[in-house]
Amino acid sequence: MSPTRKNLLNKVWDAHTVRELPGGQTQLFIGLHLTHEVTSPQAFAMLREMDRPVRFPERTFATVDHIIPTESQARPLADDLAEEMMLALERNTAEAGIEMFGPEKGEQGIVHVIGPEMGLTQPGMTIACGDSHTSTHGAFGAVAFGIGTSQVRDVLATQCLTLARPKVRRIEVTGRLASGVYAKDVILAIIRELGVKGGVGFAYEYGGPVIEAMTLEERLTVCNMSIEGGARCGYINPDDATIEYLRGRKYSPEGAAWDRAEAYWRGVASGPDAHYDERITLDGSALAPSVTWGINPEQSISIDENLPRVDAVVAENRPSIEEAYAYMGLTPGEPITGTKIDVAFIGSCTNGRISDLREAAKIAQQGQVPAHVKALVVPGSQAVARQAEAEGLPDVFRAAGFQWREAGCSMCLAMNPDKLVGREICASSSNRNFKGRQGSPTGRTLLMSPAMVAAAAIRGKVSDVRELLQ
Amino acid sequence: MSEVIRKRIEGRGCVLRGDDIDTDRIIPARFLRCVTFDDVGEHAFEDDREQAKGDHPFDDERYRGAKILIVGQNFGCGSSREHAPQALMRSGFDAFVGGSFAEIFFGNCTALGLPCVTLSPEDLSALMDSVTVGPDEQLEVDLEAREVRHRGTSWALAIPDGTRDQLFQGTWNATAVLLGAGDAIEATAEQLPYVKGFQA
Repeated sequence: MSPTRKNLLNKVWDAHTVRELPGGQTQLFIGLHLTHEVTSPQAFAMLREMDRPVRFPERTFATVDHIIPTESQARPLADDLAEEMMLALERNTAEAGIEMFGPEKGEQGIVHVIGPEMGLTQPGMTIACGDSHTSTHGAFGAVAFGIGTSQVRDVLATQCLTLARPKVRRIEVTGRLASGVYAKDVILAIIRELGVKGGVGFAYEYGGPVIEAMTLEERLTVCNMSIEGGARCGYINPDDATIEYLRGRKYSPEGAAWDRAEAYWRGVASGPDAHYDERITLDGSALAPSVTWGINPEQSISIDENLPRVDAVVAENRPSIEEAYAYMGLTPGEPITGTKIDVAFIGSCTNGRISDLREAAKIAQQGQVPAHVKALVVPGSQAVARQAEAEGLPDVFRAAGFQWREAGCSMCLAMNPDKLVGREICASSSNRNFKGRQGSPTGRTLLMSPAMVAAAAIRGKVSDVRELLQ
Repeated sequence: MSEVIRKRIEGRGCVLRGDDIDTDRIIPARFLRCVTFDDVGEHAFEDDREQAKGDHPFDDERYRGAKILIVGQNFGCGSSREHAPQALMRSGFDAFVGGSFAEIFFGNCTALGLPCVTLSPEDLSALMDSVTVGPDEQLEVDLEAREVRHRGTSWALAIPDGTRDQLFQGTWNATAVLLGAGDAIEATAEQLPYVKGFQA
């Protein structure tokens, strides 16, 4: 196929193909492997059992994010199980000669935040990590997969994966986002449109004027939630903004190497006449701030809509809608705005970057968190925390009644002390509203943009952030 | 490393109804604080079972000892945690029959030698009804004949050819297959400009 007809996924796939395997799968070379404490200890143990070394230790990087507490990261960690996992990662990486970004170096953070900020994540790479939100890295024009622990073992032992080549769906977002509408609202709208299983078998290529106008941090938010739409990976073609973001990062090339890198990076973008298996278009100008109301990320509405009536949806979707209402305790036909919240969480690999904190701070400074709301701001990395401190953001948040925490996954996933209690309702900038996701088996999650979380926090209820932006 | 060959799985079925059952439900995240998979089986569906107060298929005496789990659409969506299939495998399940599976969950299951096969919505509904009525009778997942059989009825199953080949040849543990590429791995890496740090 001529290069102008090839899309990014196929260019990158072909360049990384070691060989075709019987049955239509590919042995694919993985250019960058990121790892963390939760999904790697068993993989290192399997490798030891097989008596195999790590084949390319210089292509794996590690950090600690899921289990690390955000109130105090002092060692030993208060939770013995968490300390054991952290020790295992430190020991495994030291033995294998793998670079570890630990808290003591000031380089720790959520794996999907530090990869980009260090310049490790680059266009035209294949990337794998034992975490489903690895799709995040596609924002740079990388092909990035979440994998399980047996596959982490495969990558450690061979730097390869067996994978079937996905089809590619081009998602074009036209127009221009209105004030108060963010990258999070774009991806929630895409998932609402295509469904949580709409992406199975596909890679998503996001493009169009709305995506092209986004900063790299906004693009990371979009690609991050590709997996919530069922797509194993999502990506955006590299452009001038991508190149500029990478300039001067710790792992970015320099001098003559930079020039060669830039040529390679630009060359992997989908050709002007690229072929796609499917195309869909979404009008970005029509989007409003979104909020999820149910128990999966496709169950969302615009802030100015009312909750769907059960009889208004097609019959086959009714059981899941009824299950969602039973769990959430919300009433069909009512507005979502005004729903009282107990907790507000700003952070995660979806929305824990400096631009997210800046947008949230603009809203937070307009009010005061009421006594009945617990509000947390958790920077995505130690570098994000340092930048926020340089800009005075922690003081803005504290003055408004938010708690300012240390870097980690925090309340996105309930593997550390930050958890919901009982049936608490949380306005959350994270990525999953599954039953029990935030740590209480009956806890409830409303996903929204960080600015919307800040608005909900200071008003004590779900609110339209646009009212605070005028 | 050759593994057990999986062509036909036989045992009793367990019907778990509902779509979009995610990995946080299969094993709540608090049980992922571990460095081995040894104990994850004890916590499969722990919160769902607690909330169902005994009225959950995993607590149903009629399904005790089941080897094949029958599920709805998009089963295993969410996290990449292999703890989810590990928990189900360690609860005694050797195969999954469903409407559809989330891709990472499917890949994780394949890596453990656990087939995930799909049926059409109509056939899945008929199979669920059949197993609900006759939970004591043997259910067969025959990958060779591409059929699921129960109580004298058979339904056509779907499984990707590549996955079926892996299970048939005992090559579902991919490390050995990948190692078989030998130096071709380094040769591929050599061709990628970034692997050499973009040096000329």
